[in-house]
Amino acid sequence: MFSQFLQLFLAGVAQGCVYALVALGFVLIYKATETVNFAQGDLMMLGAFVALTASTILGWPYWATILFAVIVMAAVGMLIERIVIRPVLGLPTFTVVMITIGIGYILRGVVTMVPGWGTETYALKTPFGDSVLRFGGAVLAIEQLATIALTAALCLVLYLFFRYAKLGVAMQATSQNQLAAYYMGIPVRRVNMLIWGLAAAVAAFGGILLAPIAFVHSNMGFIGLKAFPAAVVGGFGSVPGAVVGGLIIGVVEALSGFYLPEGFKDIAAYVVVLVVLLFMPSGIFGETARKKV
Amino acid sequence: MRFIFKTEYAQDIRLFQHGGQVFWYGLLLVLALAAPYLVSGYVLTQLHFVLIYAIVGFGLMLLVGYTGQISLGHAAFLATGAYTEALLQGAGVPFFISLTCAALFSAAVGVIVGLPALRLKGIYLAIATFAFNIIIEEIITRWEHVTGGNSGKLLKPIEIFGYRLGSQESFYYLCLALTVLCCLALINLLRSPTGRAFVAIRDSEVSASCMGINLAYYKTVSFSISAALTGIGGALYAHKVGFISPEQFTLIQSIELVTIVIIGGVGSLHGAVLGAAFIIMLPQAIAIAKGWLPETIPQAGLQSVVFGLILVGFIIFEPYGLYGRWLKIRTYFDVFPFYRRGTFRRQRSYLRSERLR
Amino acid sequence: MSFFAVENLGVRFGGVVAVDGVSFSVQQGEVYTIIGPNGAGKTTIFNLIGLIYPPTSGRILFEDREVTGAPHHVAQRGIARTFQNIELFEHATVLQNLLIGRHRHRTTNLFEELLFLPSVRRAEIAQREAVERVIDLLDLAHYRDSLVAGLPYGIRKVIELGRALATEPKLVLLDEPSSGLNPDETDDMAFWIEDIQKELGITVLMVEHDMNLVSRVSDRVLALNEGKVIAEGTPEQVQSHPAVIEAYLGGGE
Repeated sequence: MFSQFLQLFLAGVAQGCVYALVALGFVLIYKATETVNFAQGDLMMLGAFVALTASTILGWPYWATILFAVIVMAAVGMLIERIVIRPVLGLPTFTVVMITIGIGYILRGVVTMVPGWGTETYALKTPFGDSVLRFGGAVLAIEQLATIALTAALCLVLYLFFRYAKLGVAMQATSQNQLAAYYMGIPVRRVNMLIWGLAAAVAAFGGILLAPIAFVHSNMGFIGLKAFPAAVVGGFGSVPGAVVGGLIIGVVEALSGFYLPEGFKDIAAYVVVLVVLLFMPSGIFGETARKKV
Repeated sequence: MRFIFKTEYAQDIRLFQHGGQVFWYGLLLVLALAAPYLVSGYVLTQLHFVLIYAIVGFGLMLLVGYTGQISLGHAAFLATGAYTEALLQGAGVPFFISLTCAALFSAAVGVIVGLPALRLKGIYLAIATFAFNIIIEEIITRWEHVTGGNSGKLLKPIEIFGYRLGSQESFYYLCLALTVLCCLALINLLRSPTGRAFVAIRDSEVSASCMGINLAYYKTVSFSISAALTGIGGALYAHKVGFISPEQFTLIQSIELVTIVIIGGVGSLHGAVLGAAFIIMLPQAIAIAKGWLPETIPQAGLQSVVFGLILVGFIIFEPYGLYGRWLKIRTYFDVFPFYRRGTFRRQRSYLRSERLR
Repeated sequence: MSFFAVENLGVRFGGVVAVDGVSFSVQQGEVYTIIGPNGAGKTTIFNLIGLIYPPTSGRILFEDREVTGAPHHVAQRGIARTFQNIELFEHATVLQNLLIGRHRHRTTNLFEELLFLPSVRRAEIAQREAVERVIDLLDLAHYRDSLVAGLPYGIRKVIELGRALATEPKLVLLDEPSSGLNPDETDDMAFWIEDIQKELGITVLMVEHDMNLVSRVSDRVLALNEGKVIAEGTPEQVQSHPAVIEAYLGGGE
């Protein structure tokens, strides 16, 4: 019984790490520009495809493909911000949300039109293969452990970056008060562009970690929809909240897939988010803000 | 340039502001009535869809354009309307009763979906609505012995008082009549205190409530009327396609519905109709354009890209939608040569405190 | 019976005590002004009266009954307010803004409105007549059908006032009615406040910085500093009160 639970729990945490990464990306964007990026899942998908290309067509080793995908997607993210998002800064939230939805459509469509990608499903080779670790009767896939470890490593890197790096501190400043950041000489628009690049890179990383479980295909980004419940549970606008929220959603999903009747697994995340929105809308770490009259 | 000199209150309240409007809308009505004789059979079937989506567009426009709420899950109400109609028709219930039930049931579900709206705004509300959409879709799929699950449900053609509406023309007139009725009902609502309350909530919730508007009540009313209209559209949709299944009512559908509102122009009923027409025409236009492109490009991919580009393009370049573009053109000629490019410029708010409403 | 009273009202936001044990009462038909430096808690008191957020202590009494519930209940009791930063309905016309002010007097229900029965039409005409009286008083006829979004600041302040008057209140809360207005417009505002008091019989509770306006129209004045009451009385009494002078000018020589 316990080993079963442990296996499920671990699977949930591993899946939750992927949600956490997507949620992390868009909380970063939200904090900086108050834009909600519905295309985050699709950026993840594109990142996975880029890694796939590097891996199968160029034949590079795993670690190189990660680096390659991350760099390419960072560039894509910055490009999107510059071309599409910047003209609409300052417009109502709903408008910007719809633009990001539109970007998602474009990304999906473009991916299906690229020769060699199309609408097929692909598998991404990882160095972990199918090896497992036996622990107290439970069978734990090395892949899952690697996902968790890599996510934790990335979170640590981001933490250090925001705390100590000049750019990281600048990003924090712009996300709290744009006007004041301008006065302090921070090039706010360029920083926003870099934040989009960072968020896209993080999404790409998540896509690569997701690929072994979900395979690489053009509709892979819909898994990214679950990042919204993750961000809400953790508290919209809180970076640690996004991670915690993602893990919670992942675990709840895994457990409900086994212990609850069929079909609950798919809606578990959404039931959780509705419950949270009704009783604790600011989530675990978030803050409510109110218009001052 | 036309000046409307008002001498009575009734002039403000009236449906049509001046004789010119009566003429043009009258002409539109005549053309609409004559349509089956003027256009080909294929175009007529497309007009069915335009009218159905126009009704749904009215519903969503009321909620988003006039009350300022967000719904990324309106396909759920399309589903409630469609399935209610399918089930009741299967049980032998007469059409107008089943249609009314479809509307009422959708309204009831709308009240539930609207509950989050009482406490949430902006992105939180958007997430809550699409969460509802996904959950309702799942319920429909799992509740097999009622909804038929993934095998779906078939519908028979509509029968009104024993007269079978089997032909394209008769279905068209039914849709047209319902569209006009829904439009009139909405216009009546918008020129009365309830409609003004909606607009107040959209523009400033705080001062709306300080003026005596019960926010919870009016938001709920808005959600349920919006859902009822969408439910009516859903019932008609079910008959139009003849076969319904859960995968027709997903988040993708919901986003399409919102696009109708955006492309048509947020905040006007004309926009709903224009948006609906645009969305129906789009796949045909893409299919035609595809004829000029290389063979290898899949239709689905191209459609996705074009859809996305149009959405992004409209928001950046035509924020007031198609109806807004029409208004701009008309204003240009109205005030010629005094038209200024900044006449319709949108206001932007950069400070966080301004945006939090 | 007391008309309007606030007893020991207090609110804290996190660690900040914005309003601390404030008590005062307003008599029917008078113009009662609250003055104080910025951050003294004046607008916060208005927000508390309007039930925009709940107080942490104290209570509010209007016509001997406590004021509780939601903001729309406050309006329905007959208390209207204007906002310091103008909260008009930007995408509606001036007329529609004023008509929304009439909301608490509506007599029609949803179903009648969907069908637009003759009763609805009659009600609409009655509302419009009522609103015309306000437009007449405030000279807004020129702007009746303009969208609020394009109008100059001074006019919007007047519309804000008009909307409050359209509710036919018994008590109106004016939050800095003259801020941002030039001397001419401030003069107009002073006349209107006098009209409101004398012709319309409405009690006025006002927050204001312009001491000339305060002296001109007020019957009594309350001075606040850092959330606490420091003086109360006629305008002359309060203006010469040592604590008030210190709060505004920072101590005598």
